[in-house]
Amino acid sequence: MAYKLNVNGHTSTVDVPGEMPLLWVLRDSLNLVGTKYGCGIGQCRACTVHLAGKPVQACLTPVSAVKDQPITTIEGLSTDGTHPVQIAWQDIDVPQCGYCQAGQMMSAAALLAKTPKPTDKDIDTAMNGNLCRCGTYLRIRAAVHKAAELGSSASAKTVQTAHKEE
Amino acid sequence: MDRRSFLKASVVAGGGVLFGLYPEPQAQAQQGRGPQVPPDPHNYITVAADGTVTIVAKNPEVGQGVRNMLPMLIAEELDVDWKNVKIVQADFVESKYAGQSAGGSTATPTNWVPMRQVGAGARAMFIAAAAQTWGVQPSDCTTSSGRVMCNGKSLSYGELATKAASMPTPNLASLKLKDPSEYKIIGHSQPGVDLKKIVTGQPIFAIDVKLPGMVYAAYQKCPVFGGKVVSANLDEIKKMPGIKDAFVVERPVITDTVIPGEPGLENGIAILAENWWYAQSARRKLQVKWDEGPRAALGSALFAQNADKMSKEAPQWTIRNDGDAEGTLKSAAKVLEANYSYPFIAHGPLEPQGATAQFKDGKLEIWSNSQIPGRGRQLVVQTLGIKDSDITQHMVRGGGGFGRRLMNDYMVEAAYIAKQANGVPVKLLWAREDDMTHDYYRPGGFQYLKAGLDSSGKLVAWRNHFISYGDNKNFVASGAMGPTEFPQRFVPNYALHASVQPLCIRTGALRAPSSNAFAFVIQSFIDELAHEAGKDPVDFRMEILNSAPWKEGTPGIVPDRMKSALQLVAQTSDWAKRSKSLPKGTALGVAFHFSHLGYFAEVAEVKVDAQKRVKINKVWVGADVGSQIINPSGAENIVQGGVIDGLSELMAQEITVEKGAVVQNNYHQHPMVRLAQAPPEIQIDYVKSTYSPTGLGEPALPPILPAVSNAIFTATGVRLRHLPISKSGFSWA
Repeated sequence: MAYKLNVNGHTSTVDVPGEMPLLWVLRDSLNLVGTKYGCGIGQCRACTVHLAGKPVQACLTPVSAVKDQPITTIEGLSTDGTHPVQIAWQDIDVPQCGYCQAGQMMSAAALLAKTPKPTDKDIDTAMNGNLCRCGTYLRIRAAVHKAAELGSSASAKTVQTAHKEE
Repeated sequence: MDRRSFLKASVVAGGGVLFGLYPEPQAQAQQGRGPQVPPDPHNYITVAADGTVTIVAKNPEVGQGVRNMLPMLIAEELDVDWKNVKIVQADFVESKYAGQSAGGSTATPTNWVPMRQVGAGARAMFIAAAAQTWGVQPSDCTTSSGRVMCNGKSLSYGELATKAASMPTPNLASLKLKDPSEYKIIGHSQPGVDLKKIVTGQPIFAIDVKLPGMVYAAYQKCPVFGGKVVSANLDEIKKMPGIKDAFVVERPVITDTVIPGEPGLENGIAILAENWWYAQSARRKLQVKWDEGPRAALGSALFAQNADKMSKEAPQWTIRNDGDAEGTLKSAAKVLEANYSYPFIAHGPLEPQGATAQFKDGKLEIWSNSQIPGRGRQLVVQTLGIKDSDITQHMVRGGGGFGRRLMNDYMVEAAYIAKQANGVPVKLLWAREDDMTHDYYRPGGFQYLKAGLDSSGKLVAWRNHFISYGDNKNFVASGAMGPTEFPQRFVPNYALHASVQPLCIRTGALRAPSSNAFAFVIQSFIDELAHEAGKDPVDFRMEILNSAPWKEGTPGIVPDRMKSALQLVAQTSDWAKRSKSLPKGTALGVAFHFSHLGYFAEVAEVKVDAQKRVKINKVWVGADVGSQIINPSGAENIVQGGVIDGLSELMAQEITVEKGAVVQNNYHQHPMVRLAQAPPEIQIDYVKSTYSPTGLGEPALPPILPAVSNAIFTATGVRLRHLPISKSGFSWA
C-alpha cells in the first residue's frame, strides 16, 4: 500500500505493507540510515525519531500509524549539524562506537524542546530508555546539560538580535 | 633491512603527490602469505600540494578510538598540525599493513614505536628533500607544523611532496623520536575522527552499506549448535511478499566435544528479499524440522549439578603446584573455604552482526566490521574455495565489538550467500535474537577455593579447584585458567587444579577475557581473607603485593606497578578516612587486577538500602598503563565505559541453556546498565611510570565487579560469591 510520509520536511511516497515498522521504511526504502536498529522490541531506543515532535521508537511504529504526522530523523535534526545537541555532543566528544548516539540525541533534543533546563533527574527519566553498550552515559548527561546551555544562549542571542532589529 | 619494493611518486588530482608502495610482482604473489611487512611511511601518508596531510588508519574501529590513536602517533612524529590531518580507513591489505586487528588491548603496545617511526621516517624524507633543494645538511634543518626550516628559509611539506617521495626511505629504527616534552598531539585530547558523521547520522557503519541492486538477507540457524535442516517450508516462504529466494545451506556438522574457537559457516536457511523487513517477516513463517543432534541433551541445570559433583571428587588434573598447599592448609592458623561461580554472558554489541558482499566474475568484494579481518578472510577462502587474491575486503566501522567481532561467522555467511546470489550484492543482517542466541559466550565457571592464614594473618596457602568446560584436559575457547593466575608467585603454597565438563554452545573472548570473571572471584576471596585476618582490605592487599620477590625480567605482573596503582586509588578515594566515616548502609570496596598489560586498582562507594537496592555514588580508578596516555579524551571515555560494562556483568547478565539452546534472546533478558543506574562520577588517575604505553580497552573492567561486591559486603554483611548478583536479590536503586 502507498503511504505518503513527511520526513525531515520532504514528502515521500512509499509502497510497503502497513505493518512495516517505520524504522525499516526509513532505512531500506528511504535510505535514511542514521536511524539505527538495535533490538526491534523497544529496549534500546537506538531507533528513536520524532513523530510530530515527540520521541518514538521507530522499530515499534508501523508505518500505517504515522499518518500525516511529520517525522524528524537524525538527518533532519538540523541542516548542517548545528543543533545544540549536535554541537554539545561534539564538544564533549561523547561517542565511543557511536551506534546508539543518533537515538540518544533524538531523545535529548525532544527533552530539551519540552524542558529547556533539565535537571539530572529530568535527564535520567527522559534518557533512561536509551541504551549505550559502550557506557558513555556520563558524557551523555554532560552533553545534555551543555546543549541546554547552548540552547538558551542561542535563544538569548535570537532575542537580542530581534531587539536590535526593532 | 633490504626493502624488496621500490617507490614511485605519482601526481594525484589537485597537484598533490601520493606516497604509494608499488610492490615487485614477486612480492605481489606473496600477498597474504608472506611475513608481516615492516612499516613503510609510503603506505600511511599522503601530502597534497596545499599541505593537507592524509593519514591511513590501519586497524578496525569498533569504538575503541584506534582510528584516532594510530594516526595521532604518525602525525606527532611527522610534525604536522592535527587540524590539517585527514584520516582515511585502510582496507585489509596484508602486503601493506601489519597487524590489522582489534583485540586484547594490543594496538597501543604493538604500534607505539612503529607508528611513530612511520611519521618520523616521512619527516626525515621531507627534511632530505628540503636539504637537497637548499644544498644544506639535513642535520641543519628543523620542522614545525608541516614545514621544513633552515637558516631563515622555509618550505611546506606540500611544496616538498614530489621530491620527498623520491627520497630513499631511512632506516626507521635509527631515527630519533621526539622527547615527550615536545609532544603537540600525543597527550592532547583529539575528538573522535568520525564525530561529525556520527552526530549527523551519516552512513558509516557496516549496517549502512548500500550497493545498487542490493538484496537483503536473513539467515536462520538451528537453535542448537551443530543442528541441521531436515525439511523446511521453503516453497511457501518463496511465495511471500518481497522474497527473492530462500535456500538451505548444508555444511558438515562439527561433532567435536570441544567446539573449535572459530567453527565457521553453520547449517541454516538463507532468505533473500527486497528489504530486510520482508526477509525477517518471511522468516517468522518458517517451519523447519531440525536435526538438533546430541548437544540438545545439555543445559545449565546439568552444568551446575556436574560442577557440584566434580567439586567433591578429585580434580581431573593439576595445572600448577608450588610449595605444599595441601599440607599448609592442614597446619594454617586460619583456613577459609568458599565456592564462587559466574555465568555465561553475551557480548551484545549494539550493532547486530552483518556484512555486505558481492560475488561477481569469480571475485568477492566484502564490507565487514570484523575485529580480525584476516581470519575472516581465511575463513571465506576456505569455505567458498576462492583465492585470497580474489577478495577485496573493506573495513567498516563497527557499532561496538567487545570481542564479538573477533569471530567471523557473519562475514562468511554473507560471503557464502553472496556467492549463491551470483552477482547480486547481498546485505546480511542478524536480528538481535540471532545475536543473543548465537554468540560466542564468555564461558561460565565454578571455582572452589581454600586458603590459609598464618597466626599473623599472612596469606600462606591458596588452593583452587577450577571447574570449567571442555574435555580430556582441554578447555573450551576462553575457558582456561593459566598457571600464573594471581596470586601465584605471591603465596608460597599455591595449587591450581582443574576439571571440565562437556559444553554445547560456542565460547570466546569477551572484553578482558577470563579476567572479567576471575578478578571477581580472586579479589572477592582476598577480601574475605582480609576480613578474616582482621586487616584493612587495602593494607592486606599491599601485604600480598609485597610478598613476592621480583627482579627485572620476571615475567607477568610487576608488583611495584600494582602497588603504585593501589596506593594512588587509596589516596584519591581518601580510603583511610572515608572508609571509616560513611553512614550505615554506605561503604567503600576495593579491588585490583592486572590484565592486558594494564595495572588497575578501583574503589567504589556503594549505598545499599533495606530492599537490597544498590546505588554507586562514585568510582575511583587508579591505573598504570605506562609513560603516556596518547589521547586523554578517548582514554577517559573507554575507562569509564569499561567500569560501566563491568557493572552490567555484575548485576544482571546471565545466559542460560536449556535443551542445548540459549534461553535469553534480547536485551530485556540480558540487561545492561542504563543511564540512571550508572555511577554519576568515575574519577580516573594514572600513575605515570617509565614503562612503554599499553592499552585501555580491557583492563579497566575486571576490578569493578569485586570492588562493588566487596563494598556491598561491608555495607550489608552479605558476601556475594555468585554472579550475577540480581540472583541474590540485589537490584539497582
